[in-house]
Amino acid sequence: MQREAAIREPLILGDKSYKDITDDVVGPIQGSAPIGWKIMITISSIIAVYGVGCILYLLGTGIGVWGLNKTVGWAWDITNFVWWVGIGHAGTLISAVLLLFRQKWRMAINRSAEAMTIFAVIMAAIFPGIHMGRIWVSYWVLPLPNQFGSLWVNFNSPLLWDVFAISTYFSVSLVFWYIGLIPDFATIRDRMTKPFAKKAYGLLSFGWSGRAKHWNRFEEVSLVLAGIATPLVFSVHSIVSMDFATSVIPGWHTTIFPPYFVSGAVFSGFAMVQTLLLIMRKGMKLESYIHVKHVEYMNIVIIVTGSIVGVAYLTELFISWYSGVEYESYAFINRFSGPYSWAYWIMMTCNVISPQLFWFKKIRRSLVATFALSIVVNIGMWFERYVIIVTSIHRDYDPSSWGEFHPTNIDIGVFVGTLGIFFTLFLGFARFFPVLALNELKTILKSSGENYKKAQDNH
Amino acid sequence: MNKVFHVMYDDDDTLKTAASALVAKGIRVKEVYSPFPVHGIDPIIGVKRTRLGIAAFMYAMTGTTLALLGMWYFMISDWPMNIGGKPSFSLIENLPAFIPVTFEFSVLCGAHGMAITYLLRNGTLPGMPASNPDPRTTDDKFVMEITTEQNGLSADELEAAIKETELFELSTKDYK
Repeated sequence: MQREAAIREPLILGDKSYKDITDDVVGPIQGSAPIGWKIMITISSIIAVYGVGCILYLLGTGIGVWGLNKTVGWAWDITNFVWWVGIGHAGTLISAVLLLFRQKWRMAINRSAEAMTIFAVIMAAIFPGIHMGRIWVSYWVLPLPNQFGSLWVNFNSPLLWDVFAISTYFSVSLVFWYIGLIPDFATIRDRMTKPFAKKAYGLLSFGWSGRAKHWNRFEEVSLVLAGIATPLVFSVHSIVSMDFATSVIPGWHTTIFPPYFVSGAVFSGFAMVQTLLLIMRKGMKLESYIHVKHVEYMNIVIIVTGSIVGVAYLTELFISWYSGVEYESYAFINRFSGPYSWAYWIMMTCNVISPQLFWFKKIRRSLVATFALSIVVNIGMWFERYVIIVTSIHRDYDPSSWGEFHPTNIDIGVFVGTLGIFFTLFLGFARFFPVLALNELKTILKSSGENYKKAQDNH
Repeated sequence: MNKVFHVMYDDDDTLKTAASALVAKGIRVKEVYSPFPVHGIDPIIGVKRTRLGIAAFMYAMTGTTLALLGMWYFMISDWPMNIGGKPSFSLIENLPAFIPVTFEFSVLCGAHGMAITYLLRNGTLPGMPASNPDPRTTDDKFVMEITTEQNGLSADELEAAIKETELFELSTKDYK
């Protein structure tokens, strides 16, 4: 059996047995829905329906209903796209990168973080889709044989790389998540007593029986998928950043973009994980599994990635001056002192200053402070994308076409709507899915459970 | 008449000790059902390491080949276009721009190929019935399956050997 240093804080608190882990996770699924959940899903589904309405209106009328104009052709749509994709990255980082580094604390949070990833990527995919305007011809992004004179899609373009990156990322994350879910669905199946629920979870569990050989394969598949999901997650946001970096727009045409976007993505993703999990652990009474130590670990990731983002902001500012290119310098002077300087300073405050507060152990280990700061970071990271996109294009090379972007109600409605859809999906997940990776948590109980660690010390 | 023993244990370490003891007596353990991967049980009961990793590599290489072949056909052979003056008339010169899609497609094929192979080899597919002998094996109990057919011992001899281990419950079934 693997032993862990006594000085390490236990990851599973209280006197838990294998059975308790099952009970704590499957219990809420078997019971009736709590009132708080009903209220939250009602609110979020109303917002979701409003969002769907806005999207349908947009599709029926055309993207002119957005505030886009001749100068600013990308604004909230692409901001939201990048924001949502970025949020997704934390899930894969937790499930894949931390698996490769054998971080046991990820086991309490990986399931819900991956669910967040999948839902966030779905939200992200909505935006380029509806931005096409004619979504019914969106299959044109695929290299299909056609009658337009054998016209193929352009494989030199980062926008096409993005099609491949996002679809690969979504489907691989989904498969990774589902393969981990199969054994846990089997656990629920074997505990359910109502015939319909038993049947439904039986179907979802694919007849999993927990044979030794199957577990052997399961671990290999998890490891290999983690191994290939790790470079995948870095490639996806690098490619998203190349949508900008390979252009000739001052403010976008920067080689720092790929690493800067990836760390920004992880940064915002962890903030979203904190926001969701701090509510979930309370609502579903999972305090023994997701506790202060987990929050602290995630906050450390936030300090690291937040500081990388901060350094990147300052580097691009310095380089814009050092490059001696007047367009590049102007793009940045315009960012911090032009008509969008308010957005720039919101971004700077939320993303550079606020995560530094986590250097204080008291703040890092405070759930209230973490929750508040996680929201601040989410807001800051949305503004980062807004600043990069809008401030770089609203004043282009030709001053006669300078303009500004003002969001319309449909812009706002679509964005808020995706938040509604996201939370509806996540609440559905929290109600019907095993929110903790049962089979993985059970493997660390003996090495990292509080009761086992105490017994080990008494020897 | 053949007999199958389902020996239940309530701890993974007890299970491993019991399995080692039985295997040392020359008894073959047919199967172990557990709620989570019990590390170290595989060599005891003779489960070999899976070759799924090799399969994944081969699927990924297939993806690499297909992606490069496809892009060569679309962009170089069938309809070369001058896009921003980029070198579009030879695969090798245009290759840097093709790396992202090649990588993504390799990952796509590797991951999905592996996942599908995994599900097929396990026989875990939508609609398949569960085959664990006891519903508690997906919760907190561990079951070892031993048959008289695989062992040259009589049912009584086997049962005596099994009862020497720290078992939790024992159930026996006849089958033809």
